[in-house]
Order: sequence, then structure tokens, then C-alpha cells
Amino acid sequence: MEPGRGAGAHAVFTARGVRKVYDMGEVQVEALRGVDLDLYSGELVVLLGPSGSGKSTLLNILGGLDSATSGHVSYMGRDLAAATDRQLTAYRRDFVGFVFQFYNLIPSLTARENVEVVTEIARDPMKPQDALNLVGLGDRMDHFPSQLSGGQQQRVAIARAIAKRPAVLLCDEPTGALDSTTGIVVLEALVRVNRELGATTAVITHNADIASIAHRVIHLRNGHICGIDKNTEVKDPRDLRW
Amino acid sequence: MECLDRKVIRDLLHMRGQALAIALVIAGGAATYIMSASTLDTLRATRDAYYSEYRFADVFAQLTRAPASLRGRIEEIPGVRQVETRVLASARLDIAGFPEPASGQIVSLPAAGPLLNRLFLRSGRLPDPLRDNEVVAGEPFAEAHNFAVGDRLAAVIHGRRRELTIVGIALSPEFILQAQPGSMVPDFKTFGILWMSQEALEAACNMEGAFNSLALTLTRDAVLQDVVGRLDALLAPYGGRGAHGRAEQMSHRFLSDEFRGLQQMATIFPVIFYGVAAFLLNVVVTRLVASQREQAAVLKAFGYTTFDIVVHYLKLIVVVVLMGVAGGMALGTWMGRAMSGLYMEYYRFPFLIYLVEPGVFATAALVGTLAAVLGAVYSVFKGARLAPAVAMQPPSPPKYRRSVLEGFPGARRLSQSARMIVRNIERRPLKALFTVVGTAMACAILVLGGFFYDAFDHMVETQFKLAQSDDVAVTFVEPTPRRAVYSLTSLPGIEYVEPFRTVPVRLRHHHRSQRTAIQGLVENGRLRRLLNSDLAPVELPASGIVLTDYLASTLGAAPGDMITVDVLEGRRQTVEAPLAATVKEYVGVSAYMRIGALNALMREGPAISGAFLQTDRDLNGLVYSELRRMPRVASAAVRENVLQSIYDTMARQTLTFAFFNTLLAGCIAFGVVYNSARIAFLERNRELASLRVLGLTRGEVSFIMLGELAILTLASIPLGFVIGRWLGALMVAGFQSDLYRIPLVIAPDTYAMATIVVLASALFSGFIIMHKVRHLDMVATLKMKE
Repeated sequence: MEPGRGAGAHAVFTARGVRKVYDMGEVQVEALRGVDLDLYSGELVVLLGPSGSGKSTLLNILGGLDSATSGHVSYMGRDLAAATDRQLTAYRRDFVGFVFQFYNLIPSLTARENVEVVTEIARDPMKPQDALNLVGLGDRMDHFPSQLSGGQQQRVAIARAIAKRPAVLLCDEPTGALDSTTGIVVLEALVRVNRELGATTAVITHNADIASIAHRVIHLRNGHICGIDKNTEVKDPRDLRW
Repeated sequence: MECLDRKVIRDLLHMRGQALAIALVIAGGAATYIMSASTLDTLRATRDAYYSEYRFADVFAQLTRAPASLRGRIEEIPGVRQVETRVLASARLDIAGFPEPASGQIVSLPAAGPLLNRLFLRSGRLPDPLRDNEVVAGEPFAEAHNFAVGDRLAAVIHGRRRELTIVGIALSPEFILQAQPGSMVPDFKTFGILWMSQEALEAACNMEGAFNSLALTLTRDAVLQDVVGRLDALLAPYGGRGAHGRAEQMSHRFLSDEFRGLQQMATIFPVIFYGVAAFLLNVVVTRLVASQREQAAVLKAFGYTTFDIVVHYLKLIVVVVLMGVAGGMALGTWMGRAMSGLYMEYYRFPFLIYLVEPGVFATAALVGTLAAVLGAVYSVFKGARLAPAVAMQPPSPPKYRRSVLEGFPGARRLSQSARMIVRNIERRPLKALFTVVGTAMACAILVLGGFFYDAFDHMVETQFKLAQSDDVAVTFVEPTPRRAVYSLTSLPGIEYVEPFRTVPVRLRHHHRSQRTAIQGLVENGRLRRLLNSDLAPVELPASGIVLTDYLASTLGAAPGDMITVDVLEGRRQTVEAPLAATVKEYVGVSAYMRIGALNALMREGPAISGAFLQTDRDLNGLVYSELRRMPRVASAAVRENVLQSIYDTMARQTLTFAFFNTLLAGCIAFGVVYNSARIAFLERNRELASLRVLGLTRGEVSFIMLGELAILTLASIPLGFVIGRWLGALMVAGFQSDLYRIPLVIAPDTYAMATIVVLASALFSGFIIMHKVRHLDMVATLKMKE
């Protein structure tokens, strides 16, 4: 059975009535206005929506990067909304892998070292070279970020995110800064990781075409979830064009 | 966390210019501290070892003459451990091939060798007790004349000329500094210490079975004051001139003063350097953390704690500090050795225990690290504490507002660029203030460095050009009838003679007292003038006593007060004299009277102790040889030689110091200005690129950057003057002693030099920034993610 599809898959994340208000100096911005959501073990979901719809905010809250202003969020029974900074740090360290739109590699470290930064503090990491092989960069391990193309940098970021064997992989616009050909290579790496490691994977995008690689597609608009689609047929990234 | 450690190294390499500038400033702090502290430790340890190994006495006393049998009674004074009685004599020295007058002090050596103040024989042996023509010469004097064992010289002791053979060359803990009494700096060519067998010296001075000087050591529980009091009472009938402890022993006192100066240097300079380094690190680290907020955020996203991130950046700071401290250690040790070596030329020790206590290194490192961490920890913590999601968003635009200046009428005419400059300074007032204070500190150090030179120069000018204008000062063996003036005047080459009388006294006012000498001067004297606080010559009042202002304040006396004078020679009477006026003097603690009044006070005829001479320069050789032939002349000091030796000393000591000082201050000035400018550029390159895109020329854009730099630099200079002067005043207070007072004099040259160095550092930084503006890649900068 494919993960995330069957009724037996259990909810990894549960969010109820999540609100988030940003205090931007003199302006207050309500990014999430009461979101209810469940994510299931091993599934790959795409969060789709225009900019400002609250996708990133939701992802940050699920990943323990940020905390909700009100509402309830839990991961495997852990209350993330009430967690202290220390608990959130431990949660991220042990369970979560992140991939960011702008890769956010540390420019002064090589590809291998960027992965090692995470494996050094993880409980049961894979070898950095294995993680890099998994994203097809086994031959670029000693290159610095500035010596890699955008797609390669993003694949290093994916290797960095998966090297700890995370239970959850959260990707914020992983192809946003890439051309379509490179983007597809990156998505292939993500799908492969999701399949091989079984990590619950959430990918943010505003590109509707990408949605077809997901098991489920969650649509956001103005801080609300406005619909959830189940893909009956999951496409291979190689079949995408945009 | 090996990877993050690698990041530390690479980040450092990336910002190597800034890191180096900061490390240099820290190195400056560590170096000055290690130099001063190690020199101090070295001199102290060396002195203490020397004192204890060579049995330096605790109490000294001089008297006219006492029978040797008195020694037993001195030994009975409670608290006295060992007593050594001896004969001291001044002598005029005749040295072949050295026409100028030289003098010496001859110290007797007991047949069995001295118990106290033992000699360290550099070469040769002690004099044979049975021979009356053998002496041991002090090392610096021997060196100055290239004397070796076996060489000869002649000495006139008590009016009788003797041919002496040098049988040994030695050092003594009693004469670590061998300077002529009353002189500011030693002149080894014209003043020397000689040791002779007791029997021979007693015979030469008609002191058989008697002594005129003694030294003693105390038991552990002795009270100095008690012993001195009893000793004075015992010696009074024998012409005792007042016993004193080590604190008033000349060589010991010079050393103690030097230690005090070093101690101060070991505090003030490192505090400045470390303070500036802390500020620099604050600026640089704030910028670094801001520019790496995303990196910190990613690390946190992957589970690093705030603490991990703080430690990561602190490691970077500590590496910079340790680099600086390591450099400072090397530099400081080297400078310390150089300084100790310099001191060894004046302070004669038989050995040098060069010592850098590990504690000194540890303190330098610890204080440096502490200052740096304190400077940076707030920024680091602030950066590391941000929630990871917040850190990954670009920072919200900085808040600006209309500047206070713009509220003033006419401010509307300010150009947009000028407004940008003003608003930028006002937006971060603390940062602007720190930049100004940091640069001012560099300026202040330069002022302080120049101040030493100016003050010393002023002292010498005042003392030897305004106050003393004699060519030669002649001292007689003993008080002499005034008619000796005529025999001096009749000598060829002597144009003018002015007699003086010197009487050793103890001055008392209420419970305070001071041992010194009263100098009796002629009225309307030309060769020796007293100066008031404005350094204008003042006439000696017909009656009463005149004191050096420092002595008056030591005694707590003001003009009009009665001063009690205990005469320590002749009939040893105690009289009262009114304090008529005070005069300004930077050296010594002299008292003055008219010579007639002093004679009257002594109840003696017109006696003189010596005379100041004005000579015909061309006939100086003749004058010297005539003086040499006069048996009554104990010594003759040639002013030019004294001046020369003072300037030599000053040149070597202050130029070495000034060189280090300018170097280090340059480091600070450059470090502060460069870092501030570099960071201002980094923070605002996007803004500058936008302006360039909008059509501003490179010149106009540079103006915005450099205008800020120029305003801050210009503001720092006057502040630096004020701080420098204040530090100078601090030094002046610390260096005040009976021996000399440093005046707070700072020449315009010094201010000018400080300004030039600061401006040069600023200009250099300005050029680097202009170069960067010129090569600003507009497109790349604007595309770059903040």
C-alpha cells in the first residue's frame, strides 16, 4: 500500500484553529486565521497557494521554527503550541528536516560539511556521502556553495535535510529559485527520499503543476485552508513540464 | 562541532582585514601590559634577590664623626640586627685623558670585607687592607672611562692628592643607581663610586678610629621609626644628620619611583587598548551576526540551540582575541626585554632575573578575552535568540526619522546627501559615539606619548636654562670663607663668580618634617634664579625662608607660617624661620635663603659652600685644569655635561617608548576608523548602489560615505586632546615625588602630531572605501539577498 493513502495511516500532525499574527512594527499582519489540518505518516503533500496565503507560516509552525499565536498543534502527541524554545529545538533536532527556497547553505562550508553540520548533532544519521549520493551529488562533495549551480545547491540542501533520517521533511518553495529542468531534478530527489525513507513530506509551492506529484494537495488562501484534493494518480516528476 | 569550528576559521579568513585590525589593537593592549608588568616583575625580583643576597641595609645614617666605640651602643638599640660603621668621603677625581672635572664618592671597606651592602665583584679583587692606594671602582664609571683592573687614576681626598690603582670593578646594592646627589639623571663619566680599605680611607680623612657613616639591618619585628628615633638621639652629639630608612635612600628611591611609573603604565595603556578592542568587536560582531542571521536561523532550524550559536560566535571572538594576545605576548616579551635592558644601563644589577610570570600572560589573555566577550556578547545573544523563522526573513527596514539638526532654521538648505549623513549618525547615536570615543582614544594615546617628551623637555628647559645658567658649579670640601670667591675670580677663563652656601637641615611644620638642604644664594643673582608659578624670576626676600612649592605642600605650610629648622651641621641649632614665599621647581625639595641670612642663622661669618661660575667657553680646558689644582674644590659640575647626559637618557628612553606608542596608537586609529567605515559600507552598499542606479556620480556617493567618516573623525580629535590631557594629569599625579614632579605640559607639536596620525589613518581608510565605491557592482549588489 502506498503511504498516506490508506485509511490505516495515522495522523502525524494535527492542527486545530491555528492562528498566527505577525507584529511588523506598526503593522499587524494576520497570516493564519484558524487552520485545521491533519498530515499522515509517510505521505507527500503539497501546500498550494498564492504568496501571502499563509503557506510558509503554516510550515514554519509545523516545523517548530515559529509558534502559533493561538490554536493547537501537535506532532505525534507532542504539543508544539505550548512547547518551550528548548523543546522545539530538541524536536527540530530529532525529527525535522528543512529545505528552503534559497537553499540557505552555509557559504563557508563545503557540500559535505554542510551536511555534516546536521549529522554531527543527529541521533542516527546516515553518512554525509550517502545523503549526497542519494541526491546525485556524490562527485561534488568538496565543492563550496559558490562553486555549485542553483540546482546543485538545492540538492545539497535536501541532502542536509534528509541526512538525519528525519520523520518529517518540510520544503519551502524548493524549486522557486530554479528553472524547470533543474527544478525537476530536485523534485525527483525529494520524491525518492520520501519513497525510500518514508518521511512525511510537505512541499510548499505556488506552482500548480507541481501539485500532481503529491498524494494530497492542500489549497490555502488568505490564511485559510480552502480545499484539500486527493490525487488519484501521482505523477512522476520527470513527466512534469512548466 | 567540528564543522562549525571550520566555519569559524573560514569566516575569520573571510573577514581577515577586520579581524587583523582588532587583533592588532588587542595585541597592543597585551603587549603594553606584558611589557610593563614583566619589566616590573623582572626589576622587582632582581632587586629583591640582589638586596637579600648582598645584604642591603635597612637604615642609613651620616654624621660628622663618632668614635668606633659608639658602635656597641648602636648595636644595643632594640630592633637592630647588624651594624656596619664606615667612612664616606667625597673626592675629586683626576682621570688621564678626561680634562673635565669629575668627582666621586669613596666608601670604606672593612678589612674582613663588608657585612652589609656587599660588593659584587665583576672583575679583580677587593683592596688589600694593608695598602692605601688600591680601590675598587663602580662598574658604570669604569665602563664610561674604559677602566680595567690595573688602571690608575688620581683622587683628591681631603685636599690631598693620591694616586690610586683599580684592583677590582664592582657593583653594590647601595648604588644600583649611581647618580650624583641632586642630579636628575646619572652621568657615569663625571661621577663614580670607589671603595677603599677602611684603614686607608680613615687615614686619608683623618678619621682613624672613627666613622662618619653607618648602615644597619633590622630584626624582623623592628619598627623603623623607633630605631631611627633612638639612632638620631644617639648620633646627635656626633653631628648626626638624621638617620633614614630605605625609602629615603637615593638608589632605592629612584627604583621605587620607576616601579610606580611602570605600575601605572601596566594599568592605563592596557585598559585603553582593551576598551577600544571591545568596542571594535562589538561593531564587527554586530555586523557579522546581522549578515549571518539566515545561517544562524538554518542552524537553529536543524536543531542547534541558542547556546550553541552563541558559543559558535564567541569562539570566533576568542580566536581573534587569542591571536591578538599571542601577538601581544611575543611583542610584549620582546619589548619587556628591551625595556629591562634599557633599565639595566641605569640601574646596575649584577644579574637580571628576566621574569615573565605565567600569571601575567594569563591576565593579559583573560582580561583581553573578557573585554572582547563583554563587548560582543549582547549582539551575539540578540542575533542567536531570534526565532529561526524570523531570522530567515529579511530584517525590517531600519527606522529613520528627521534628525534633530533638521529642526534648526536653515537646515532645509541641507542637500539630500547631507541629510542622509546626519540622519545616519543620529539613527545610531551610540555607535557614532563609540566610533568617536574609540578614535579619540587613539588620539589621546598619541597625546600622552608626546606629553612625556614635552614635559621632560619643559623640566629640563626650566631647570637648566631659566633657573640655572652657570657653566660650572664648584663645591668646596668644607665651608670656606667668602674670600675664596676672589681666588676663583682671578683665574683665567672665569668671567663671573657667584657664591652659595648649602646647609643640611630638617624642616618641620606641625607634625610633618622633611630632610633637605637650605641653599643660601646671593641677592640679584644671575646664575641661579628662583621662579614663581608663572616661571618668572623672583627675588629672594631679605629675610625668611623660601620653599619649593612641592615641599611647602608636603609640610602643609603656607607663606606666613613659621617653619622649624633643625640644622644638621656645625652647632646643630634649632631655629624658627618664617616661610616667605614658595617657588616652582620640578626637581628636588630645596629650600632657599639669602646667603647673608643663612650665615646669620648659622651664627657664622660669611662662609660659602661653593660657587657658580660663568666661564669663557674657549678657555674651559684651562679653567678645568686650574680647578683641578685647587685642593679645596671637592667637585665641579659642568652644566653642559649634565644637560647632555639628561638629553641622552631622554632620547633613548622616550624615543623607544614614543616609537612603540605611535605604532600602537596608529593601530588603534586605523582599527577603529577602518572598521567603522568598512561596516558602514557593508551595511549600506545596497543603498549606495541604488543611488548610483538613480544617477548619482561616484563622487556624490562617496561623499555620503566619507562625509560621515569625516564628521566622526573630526569630532574625535578635540575629544582625544581632552582625554589625552586628562590621562597626562593622571600620570602627573602618579609620578609626583620628592625627586621630581612632571609638569602637565603638552606642546602644540604634540597635538599636531596626534592630529596628523589620526587624519592619516582616516584618509587611508577613506581611500579603501572610495576604492570599494568605485568598484561597486550595482547590478550584483541590488540582486543580492540582504
